[in-house]
Amino acid sequence: MSTKIFKHIQTSVVPLPIENIDTDQIIPARFLKATTREGFGNNLFRDWRYDNEGNPKTDFVLNEPIYSGKILVAGKNFGCGSSREHAAWAIADYGFDAVVSSFFADIFKGNALNNGLLPVQVSDDFLAKLFAAVFADPHAVIEIDLVDQFIKIVATGEQESFEVNPYKKACMTNGYDDIDYILSKKELITEFEEAR
Amino acid sequence: MGQTLFDKIWDAHVVSSNEGFPDILYIDTHFIHEVTSPQAFDGLRARGLPVFRPKQTVATADHNVPTWDQHLPIKEELSRYQVDMLTKNCAEFGIELYGLGHPFQGIVHVIGPELGITRPGGTYVCGDSHTSTHGAFGAIAFGIGTSQVEQVMATQCLLQQRPKRMKIEVNGKLQNGVGAKDIILYIIAQISAAGGTGYAVEYAGDTIRSLSMEGRMTICNMSIEMGARCGLIAPDETTINYVKGREFAPKGEAWDEAVAYWQTLYSDEDADFDSVLSFKAEDIEPMITYGTNPGMGIGVTQHVPETASFEQKQQGSYKKALDYMGLHDDEQLLGKPIDYVFIGSCTNSRIEDLRQVAEFVKGKHKADNVTVWVVPGSKQVQEQAIREGLDKIFDAAGFPLREPGCSACLGMNEDKIPAGKYCVSTSNRNFEGRQGPNSRTFLASPLTAAASAITGVVTDIRSFLKEEELV
Ligand code: SF4
Repeated sequence: MSTKIFKHIQTSVVPLPIENIDTDQIIPARFLKATTREGFGNNLFRDWRYDNEGNPKTDFVLNEPIYSGKILVAGKNFGCGSSREHAAWAIADYGFDAVVSSFFADIFKGNALNNGLLPVQVSDDFLAKLFAAVFADPHAVIEIDLVDQFIKIVATGEQESFEVNPYKKACMTNGYDDIDYILSKKELITEFEEAR
Repeated sequence: MGQTLFDKIWDAHVVSSNEGFPDILYIDTHFIHEVTSPQAFDGLRARGLPVFRPKQTVATADHNVPTWDQHLPIKEELSRYQVDMLTKNCAEFGIELYGLGHPFQGIVHVIGPELGITRPGGTYVCGDSHTSTHGAFGAIAFGIGTSQVEQVMATQCLLQQRPKRMKIEVNGKLQNGVGAKDIILYIIAQISAAGGTGYAVEYAGDTIRSLSMEGRMTICNMSIEMGARCGLIAPDETTINYVKGREFAPKGEAWDEAVAYWQTLYSDEDADFDSVLSFKAEDIEPMITYGTNPGMGIGVTQHVPETASFEQKQQGSYKKALDYMGLHDDEQLLGKPIDYVFIGSCTNSRIEDLRQVAEFVKGKHKADNVTVWVVPGSKQVQEQAIREGLDKIFDAAGFPLREPGCSACLGMNEDKIPAGKYCVSTSNRNFEGRQGPNSRTFLASPLTAAASAITGVVTDIRSFLKEEELV
């Protein structure tokens, strides 16, 4: 089954300079009752975004119209906490194609990659530059190229390369998924079982 | 070069290893629950695939179930729908379900071990990050996302990159009143909520060895709170005695063979770890968290750190956490009034936890300002507690024993801590809103939680123990 293809994007970004953003912030547990993958974007960062009565909190970045774009730039250790894939679904469903941080929690990173959402890990320095660029100009454009593995602040030309697992890169740029790959080796699985 | 315990188990489960690809790892048992499985079942339907090994898949309903009047239909419509969906999916795909009302129902990480499904040397996954709990048996166990749940359903395998290995040793004698929960909160406070990211962590040392299986599960459970992929402890007599005779444990000859294999499961002396840390048991106080991630923990007598003690770029996040918690720089938590005490979750809801709490609260009564919930990890734990008369002790102390489920650990059902209220909780996460919107969580051990329920304020359990010794 194919997933979303990701090769290259160039867009403005949404800054969220908070460290250790956990998956309970990204999508609180009480919104995990849905049994499909759609619609989680409405509750992305729910408790930061809305007050108890459901009114938008105007000082939260997703409610500030000046910031928009397909890239979320966040503080260190993004996505820690639970394994809920709903976190990746919520971010993708909201309309982001990539998340940039100086560190990602393991499970979140895997979940994002399995959903065509690219986690881009940059150095602390480059992350600081990204925040500076977007706070100086909310419309600052950032380019992410998965094929050549770099991220660039377009106005200044400053760029950094990033790591990505070669297999996962092939999946994302071609729209393959893990199940297709494992199923192509199915006879090895039964051989393994028989040999035990 | 010798091998680590982790590598021995991993290598025994590699179906295929190809340069440039993650390994294909065979999974012995796949645990599933109502919250992270429905989309995976849909995925199978869309692909026209069956569950490849339904007999190696075990289901329960835990995250979203009520913990009171479980015999009645679930009131909340979406929760009921999700639990019903699990029942339907399990029937359609031929999976054994320990649903509500079943004598084996409970939190997935409590029932696997207590039923003897979790064993040394195995590989276990579940769409839940605290799957690391099962590593206490000397197994590889970790949490996965829903796409991976679908992957394991379809193939009984998982595509995984081998993580790095870390060894964390704890040696020495614990102070009175300090237990497994304090050890793990201490380690996470030392190395941070991200300190284990990318690692499989083996816990070793004589302090770890001296722990019961329940204590070891508490430690491995919270491995994920330092970002680790999984945690594990080499099996020994304690492990073997715990597994022996359980419902699905091997019997007869199969048991002898299994034990012979389990005895080979340890890290060789010359095994190479990517990182080794050691801690002294004597340095560990009863621990409590003050912030909004589990790395923000201190000894119960210590003060909350000052904002200025952090690097400039971290100060914003730190301040945000303190504001959320309604705390200020240098505040001491000891003596701070609390509103709720939650004793439960896959970290601390096993029979040993309940026995320890019952022994302590016997003849005492909770403070008026505190609401206490004791939520057993499973139906079996609940019944055992009742057989031992613990429910009576709890009732007399104002600690009602509820029915099994995840409950206030994540506040998905109606067990939510109200906005602004403080809860001393034996669970594993103190994230903003984790126990209910705007709830404030202090993570601690069952004994610290129980002592705080009695006094109504954050309490050092050691002060009670001294008094009781005198009496
Ligand atoms: S008790 Fe809490 S941490 Fe454990 S499985 Fe349930 S929700 Fe997850």
